[in-house]
Amino acid sequence: MERTLKISKIKDGTVIDHIPSGKAVKVLNILKISENTSVSIGIRVPSNMMGFKDVIKIENKFLEKIELDKISLIAPSATISIIKDYDITEKFKVDLPESVIGIVRCTNQNCITNAGEPVSPEFKVISANPLALKCIYCKREMSESDVINSL
Amino acid sequence: MLKNKSLISIADLEDDDINAIFEKADYISGHMDEVLRTSPMKSKILATLFYEPSTRTRLSFEASMERLGGSVISMADSKTSSFAKGETLADTIRIVESYSDIIVIRHPLEGASLLASKFSSKPIINAGDGSGEHPTQTLIDLYTIRNETGGIDDREITIVGDLKYGRTVHSLILALSRYNVKINLVSPPSLALPNYVYNGIKDKLNIETYNNLDDVISGTDVLYVTRIQKERFVDKNEYYKLIGSYKITLNEVNKMKNGSIIMHPLPRVDEIDPAVDYTKNAKYFRQAANGIPVRMSLISIILGD
Ligand SMILES: [Zn+2]
Repeated sequence: MERTLKISKIKDGTVIDHIPSGKAVKVLNILKISENTSVSIGIRVPSNMMGFKDVIKIENKFLEKIELDKISLIAPSATISIIKDYDITEKFKVDLPESVIGIVRCTNQNCITNAGEPVSPEFKVISANPLALKCIYCKREMSESDVINSL
Repeated sequence: MLKNKSLISIADLEDDDINAIFEKADYISGHMDEVLRTSPMKSKILATLFYEPSTRTRLSFEASMERLGGSVISMADSKTSSFAKGETLADTIRIVESYSDIIVIRHPLEGASLLASKFSSKPIINAGDGSGEHPTQTLIDLYTIRNETGGIDDREITIVGDLKYGRTVHSLILALSRYNVKINLVSPPSLALPNYVYNGIKDKLNIETYNNLDDVISGTDVLYVTRIQKERFVDKNEYYKLIGSYKITLNEVNKMKNGSIIMHPLPRVDEIDPAVDYTKNAKYFRQAANGIPVRMSLISIILGD
């Protein structure tokens, strides 16, 4: 049993747990969160499984597929709990796909996917940890920091 | 099986595909009169879309199709063509595929030919798309080594010059990793093979790096010379100093063993002394000539004669 978090429970919303320690702010940055939404963040929370982890609780927000896909790139270990009326109604791990399509732009300015053609950028995941993607068009590899910068 | 397939990267080819292309190229070379008479690609149309100039490559594809009895349509200078003016490559391909049976594309942007293949039901041949993949050039290089030295396995291949920017060299080295060869890389440190290429092949190939050609020239079966581009040097004196130490002259040729060959993807500038052209080692013009049977073979295998 993991030690409980000293931040308040939420009534309705989403808990993003098991974020690698130090990545919470990066995760938060890629989520679309409106100004009147309450967010609680736990940073360097002790975890049996991970040593330390980050946790984010967002009031009255349910994640879209594209947001889940982006989280999977930054925090492949993350688990998502959907809270309704203080109860967890659904809990799942994010899923790092084999191919990343349309979420990340290729950092190579000479890549055909940056030339206004009607295609989505497409990458093969060649390593999950540390994250490395390879563009199927120009074959360039992108590191985790490249990916985070282009999300 | 290559029938109706695009050729985007040399990695798309199985070893058997490469052998089939070479065997058919041998047949075509040996039976050119018969091929010209029977016109196996009669009624087929090849389109060339060159978004950057490479006259030799375009002429070689067009001559190959003409010799097979097919026809060629060609985009005019990409700077004046309405195709180039704001239209996406995807749209151009959708139109040109309805005019032709096979499309040869050269484009400055990386991955352009893969993109083209996604918008075309007709096969695409990549004739260079910025990424360094130029698979027909690589096939011609391999074919030349095979035919001029009697095989590819067990050869000692020395690649000299610009190994950093000379991207056809990267493609050749990757392709050579299919064979049992020894590769010597000779270049100034500033033009050495990039790590990302080296790391990809160092476990598959017997490959070593040298600073001096003299260290390896006597054991070399194939001396592959690449162009050192003057434009890469801010200080032109640096260029002339480098060219001086890597230039192939009769002095180098005299150190080479019997039956060894010299190759160069051409155009050659200062890297090979013209006096070398008349030695029996010089095979770079043969290499260029091999472009015809190899491309004829590839086109007929893809279009299935
Ligand atoms: Zn790319």
